[in-house]
Amino acid sequence: MRGPVDVQGVLAGERRALARALTEVENDSPAGRDALDALFQHSGKAHLVGVTGSPGAGKSSLVNQMTRLIRNPSQGEPKKVAIVAVDPSSPFTGGAILGDRIRMRDIVNDDGVFIRSMASRGHLGGIARTTSALVRVLDAAGFNLILIETVGAGQSEVDIARLAHTTVVVEAPGMGDDIQAIKAGILEIADILVVNKADHPLADNTMRALSASLEFSRPGKISSIDSFHHKELAFEPVKPDMIEENDKHEHWIPPVLKTVSTEGAGIEEVVAAVENHRKFLREQGQWHQRDAARLQEELNELLMAAFAAEWRSKVDQSRIDEVLGEMLERKISPQNAAIKLFSLSS
Amino acid sequence: MERKIRVLIAKPGLDGHDRGAKLIARALRDAGMEVIYTGLRQTPQMITTAALQEDVDIVGLSILSGAHMTIIPRVIESLKEAGLSDVAVFVGGIIPEEDWPALQEIGVKAVYGPGTTTTQVIEDVQRLVSGQAE
Repeated sequence: MRGPVDVQGVLAGERRALARALTEVENDSPAGRDALDALFQHSGKAHLVGVTGSPGAGKSSLVNQMTRLIRNPSQGEPKKVAIVAVDPSSPFTGGAILGDRIRMRDIVNDDGVFIRSMASRGHLGGIARTTSALVRVLDAAGFNLILIETVGAGQSEVDIARLAHTTVVVEAPGMGDDIQAIKAGILEIADILVVNKADHPLADNTMRALSASLEFSRPGKISSIDSFHHKELAFEPVKPDMIEENDKHEHWIPPVLKTVSTEGAGIEEVVAAVENHRKFLREQGQWHQRDAARLQEELNELLMAAFAAEWRSKVDQSRIDEVLGEMLERKISPQNAAIKLFSLSS
Repeated sequence: MERKIRVLIAKPGLDGHDRGAKLIARALRDAGMEVIYTGLRQTPQMITTAALQEDVDIVGLSILSGAHMTIIPRVIESLKEAGLSDVAVFVGGIIPEEDWPALQEIGVKAVYGPGTTTTQVIEDVQRLVSGQAE
């Protein structure tokens, strides 16, 4: 067992302390939870940028090139960049190959870059259960921009949109027709759409299909993010900085951009779009709305867990077994079983 | 949540044959470990940075070029300088047996040649990591 997390070291930017803190937080250990509590007030400053898309679309290469450019700006101080790269865990053994660093060799020796790989550890949705906690630690450690690379995602791994301020969806050419482009899910969460491998002959078709699908779309209201995932909250959420008439809000139209990440082509436009989106969120008050929605959802999950634990501590296992038995014999419905079990605690 | 063993598998030096490294990475994955695989042509600096940022428990180096007596001491030295001397290192590839003692002398915990079973590597990694925790 390792000792407590060196919170001062994390805040001072000591890399070993940071790496160890990330491990504790990822493992959700008591030391990790204490560290998160202490670091919370120092977080909330970084721009969180999600990068998602299907396996092999070029997410890692894009992250590599974006980081290289952000670290070598044509003017001004370079931002400090952290990268959290998620790869899938085996559902059978729990093991994982975390291979995103392979494509990031241009940036690994840069002191202003910190790369951390993590396994999804059974969590669906494209990121791990503790990804947002890891991001919070990196945020508190002073990284200005945090790139979060999801597992190779299909159509419904949309958790990243709840975590990130800006979501970049990477598509490779030839991934389907224009009906794929208007299906619900991952394309809807894009603030920026990137067609990578744009030197491929089918790239222009993909560009057209994606651009056309955006013409149909009515930009989603970010303030409705508490209904994201059709989740019910245990409390009535607060929505700060709400502008009463939503029509006065300017809508963000997701740009569709072409890149060839292996060659670095088109990356400047992507980095510029990310920065434009940050400014847009700030100017429209949506930055705080997203943060507020995310924190309230986190609170909601913690509350639910606390309610469950409280209920569990009050009810005998034998009573639970009884009700479960009745349900399994189809004497009472799951709905009635839930009502009955809940009444046992009062 | 149970603590996962985190392993870094890296190929230092210039040879481009990574079949062995991938095989070991896959075997450790199947044993339930989280394996950070960094790919070919890693410098000692790159390996150290990865080991530090990823907070790994153990580092496996695969080397077939014959340059092991030059590269491996540099990797070990670099890990030490970064304060990672508690991270165990094992080496696999084409390493003549007469070089094994010298490598163990500088801190390499295990050396594997052709014909090593993946079971043996898995067991050794588990043993080396649990030894660190005590």
